[in-house]
Amino acid sequence: MWKWLHPYAKAETAYNLCYRLLPYFSWLALITLVTGSIWGLLYAPSDYQQGDSFRIIYFHVPTAIWSMGAYTSMAICGLIGMVWQIRNAELAVYAIAPVGAAFTFLALITGAIWGKPMWGAWWVWDARLTSELILLFLYLGVIALYNSFEDKRTAARASSILAIVGVVNVPIIHYSVEWWNTLHQGASITKFDKPSISPDMLWPLLLNIAGFLFIFAALVCLRLANQILINDARRPWVKAFVARRIDKSNSTTKE
Amino acid sequence: MNINNRPIQLSYWLAFKSIFMRELKLAWQKPTQIIQPMVFFLIVVTLFPLGISPSPKILQMIGPGVIWIAAILAIMLVVERLFRQDYQEGTIEAWLLSTVPMSLLVGAKLLAGWFISCSVLLLITPILALLMNIEAHVIPALMLSLLIGTPILLFVGAIGNALTVSLNQGGVLLSLLVLPLYIPVLIFSTSLIEAATLNMDYSGQLAILVSMLLVSCFFAPVAIAAALKNTVN
Amino acid sequence: MHFNSFAEMIHMGGYAVYVWSSVFIVIAVLAFLIVHSVTAKKRTLTMLRLEQERADKIAQAKLVAEQARSQA
Repeated sequence: MWKWLHPYAKAETAYNLCYRLLPYFSWLALITLVTGSIWGLLYAPSDYQQGDSFRIIYFHVPTAIWSMGAYTSMAICGLIGMVWQIRNAELAVYAIAPVGAAFTFLALITGAIWGKPMWGAWWVWDARLTSELILLFLYLGVIALYNSFEDKRTAARASSILAIVGVVNVPIIHYSVEWWNTLHQGASITKFDKPSISPDMLWPLLLNIAGFLFIFAALVCLRLANQILINDARRPWVKAFVARRIDKSNSTTKE
Repeated sequence: MNINNRPIQLSYWLAFKSIFMRELKLAWQKPTQIIQPMVFFLIVVTLFPLGISPSPKILQMIGPGVIWIAAILAIMLVVERLFRQDYQEGTIEAWLLSTVPMSLLVGAKLLAGWFISCSVLLLITPILALLMNIEAHVIPALMLSLLIGTPILLFVGAIGNALTVSLNQGGVLLSLLVLPLYIPVLIFSTSLIEAATLNMDYSGQLAILVSMLLVSCFFAPVAIAAALKNTVN
Repeated sequence: MHFNSFAEMIHMGGYAVYVWSSVFIVIAVLAFLIVHSVTAKKRTLTMLRLEQERADKIAQAKLVAEQARSQA
């Protein structure tokens, strides 16, 4: 398996692989997101307790799931990069971070919008929202740390270490916040017990969960390719690439 | 080359002890570095009764949280300059060159740091407890939570400091990195104090804090060593 | 379709503001991310091209200076 994987550690191969995978992920994302959202927004039956406001979960739940998933995958990439000294894994950390931060932001915003009709307030110190907020801080820390370093090699390794430290903390934070929440709020939140979700509601949700995973993968492919390009700027293959661009721009300006 | 194990073991211990003693000596020579954060701790706590209300009931309610948040801010000030001087003077390069694993040396430094900051912090805590109108039977719980909680703060904060030591950014970036990681400690230690206030059993929270301390004890030196290696290279 | 008419769909059972605003925000953020990620390559290549051209110019100038010096 290692022999098979080894060529992908090479920058140029990984760069090409990113662009080879990109169309698959993009099309899958487009198809699943469009069908899932339209099905969820227009065709799924409305909830007997929450009415049509429950349709926000078709965006809230997938983004919340993948905000956590993105953090975990970021930390795994960081760990691979630190332990096996694989350069592309380190680069992937910063390719994932902004996408994960955007997903976390979306989960927070949609959660707050959902909370307004449900709880009567935009922000309630609910366990899930609070841990999403902390997760957003963790992402912002990784992004800020990466951007503070001039030398991008050091930056990538520093943010890898931070991501690993963060992922050890994520479950602790999650459970401590949940515990804190039950301690302080008691019964006020459990107004809506978890309804047994009907299949008509579940299918679009699953489609959107898959869709957000695919769009995440597509975005990370794009960003990773870009990171590889920046990182390998001094290597011949990138120079040849840039030279081709210069020729092209020269020929277009002369015409 | 020395083949048998004992002298090497001894040198590990010697290295650990000498760094520990060096830190204590440095702290003794420059006491302002530790006194300033502690005065800050005192002042921050004083602001709360002035800003919210001096009524004993409210103070009792917010007391544990206020003292803990102030302690976190004070520890941030301690942590901010933890490795800065070592970095500027090239001590970290010297550590890298030594045969002793860096995490051990870092561990010695952290242990000394905890020894110094925690002792001062615990000394002034009773005064703060009086200021916040905390009952006498709660003070031991408060001291206990600080005794176990502050080393976690110090160890985790040191990771952040090791990551940012080569940047001239000051504390803003550091607090962005480190403060979210402090939340579980804050939650469990304040609830420990609250339980003590209500005369309830707080061994559960204590056990969680101790386990967090053990985890941070084992993992922080490794992470710090990796981070320092990264910045120096 | 769950809704009987277009107006009813827009109305969302009284939750129109909440549902459609979150849809709008999701689309806006995703669109921003996509545009930012797609143009990232272009930005990088422009940056690298400018760097390359600058390096070429410096090399050219050095060469000219060298020739002038050897002639003198």
